[in-house]
Amino acid sequence: MNELLELVRKNGRETSENLAKMLGISEEEVMNQLEALEADGIIRAYQAVVNEEKLDHSLVTTVIEVKVTPESEGGFDRIAQRISRYAEVESLFLMSGTFDLLVFIKGRTMHEAAQFVSEKLATMAGVTSTATHFMMKTYKLNGIEMQSGEDDERLQISP
Amino acid sequence: MSGSKSLHDRIARTVREIPRSGIRDFFDIVSTRKDVISLGIGEPDFVTPWHIRDAAARALDRGQTSYTSNMGLLSLRRSIAAYVAKKSGIEYAPENEVLITVGVSEGLDLAIRALIEPGDEVIYHEPSYVSYNPIVQFAYGVPVAIQTKKENGFRLTRDELEAAVTPKSKLLLLNYPNNPTGATLSREEVEAVAAFAIEHDLIVLSDEIYDELTYDDDHYSIISVPGMRERTIYLHGFSKAWAMTGWRMGFTCAPPELTEAMMKIHQYTMLCAPILSQEAAIEALEQCGSDVERMKQEYMRRRNFMRASFEEMNIPCIEPSGAFYAFADVSQFGISAHQFALDLLEAENVAVVPGTAFGACGEGFIRCSYATSFDRIQVAMERIARFTESLS
Repeated sequence: MNELLELVRKNGRETSENLAKMLGISEEEVMNQLEALEADGIIRAYQAVVNEEKLDHSLVTTVIEVKVTPESEGGFDRIAQRISRYAEVESLFLMSGTFDLLVFIKGRTMHEAAQFVSEKLATMAGVTSTATHFMMKTYKLNGIEMQSGEDDERLQISP
Repeated sequence: MSGSKSLHDRIARTVREIPRSGIRDFFDIVSTRKDVISLGIGEPDFVTPWHIRDAAARALDRGQTSYTSNMGLLSLRRSIAAYVAKKSGIEYAPENEVLITVGVSEGLDLAIRALIEPGDEVIYHEPSYVSYNPIVQFAYGVPVAIQTKKENGFRLTRDELEAAVTPKSKLLLLNYPNNPTGATLSREEVEAVAAFAIEHDLIVLSDEIYDELTYDDDHYSIISVPGMRERTIYLHGFSKAWAMTGWRMGFTCAPPELTEAMMKIHQYTMLCAPILSQEAAIEALEQCGSDVERMKQEYMRRRNFMRASFEEMNIPCIEPSGAFYAFADVSQFGISAHQFALDLLEAENVAVVPGTAFGACGEGFIRCSYATSFDRIQVAMERIARFTESLS
């Protein structure tokens, strides 16, 4: 596995100087590797992991299971692309199992999310059914524990 | 009552005369301060992997709260024998050659007490773990410290061994990967030590608690050298690689006669290691690979970072090839290691351990543990850099 990729996955804001020191390579090499990963489309973006519950106006995440009729040309891809164009859609996956697409949307209220499902998603040609779930609480997001803090209870000096 | 001896005078002389650990003194100073970033901690910053904790919780649920056999649970001893065989190619019989101890510290104590008669000499190398010298003295043995040299990267040499040996020498105590220096021995160096032990008919206690944590070359155990299995007590445990310090789980592997002798002391003093810790240890060995590997990867990056940071400050380090310590040479600043550590704490609130806590030849060095989070290490290194600039 690419070690550099593993490190920026954990902390996208790590300086190239620190990355170079950790990996025992030059800073220039770090920059080159990162540029290559970006150019190849492997690294798509660097984002912050946000604890929504700490915000005054937190966003509601809604997860929707969608069953669709695949088109004879383009299969699931075309309908998936149509869904992903909506700005509300945060993530979209093709799944195996009892439904086809799993859609994550973010909205200001549950009502807004419900509206999106009933007005935009369920009425879309090819969509045969939807099942909507509201996310209640986030325990862990992108590998980050959202509820617990980091306490170091070790003795300050030990042999 | 008049004329009675003070309590202090009633304390056994050996105990009275051994000073308490220098680490302890330094701990007392550090613990009076707030918001210290500590590079002085000799244990993993990881919590024990959850599935190991879970195994102990399940054992507790099942009501496993009894004594175990003095030797420890046979299933654990079997797992240990398999683990050691896989690493070193050396097989030990779980029935009579593996003993479960309360940490490596107990194993060490048992080994020394089982073998030492008053006046027998135990050769060991400094800088060393703080317990070696006192444990030998508690057993009325004579600790003979080899002052390893920074020119040799604090690696033990055959010449140093030859200079230390006398007709009274009985044991050689070996600790690589080393705490506090982070030094490791190559296969050739291990073979040279083994040849010395065989030639002088010494028994070797090999404390290999850090053997999973080597970053450049694989660890080579002295038990793998032909002729050494029969004269070595191999000491190991779960504290470091599995992040299980608080569980106090160690073990010894040794020929039946030696294991039996150690077991006798263990039986009458400790009785057995805690059963929940033993259950956790079984899980650690059954499912270990990926946890150990993940933590080791993380240590390696921190080590690289710390080494590179010291390089930038023009502070030489002993090549930190094992354990989780960088032993940095601060002698250029013209103050003692102890003073350096005190001043650094005062000026920048960063705690390191003066090398002299591990023996006189640690003078001029500080031990910096990288068993702490990367963010903290980064801030600590910035502060050390600022501090050393203020000195020069």
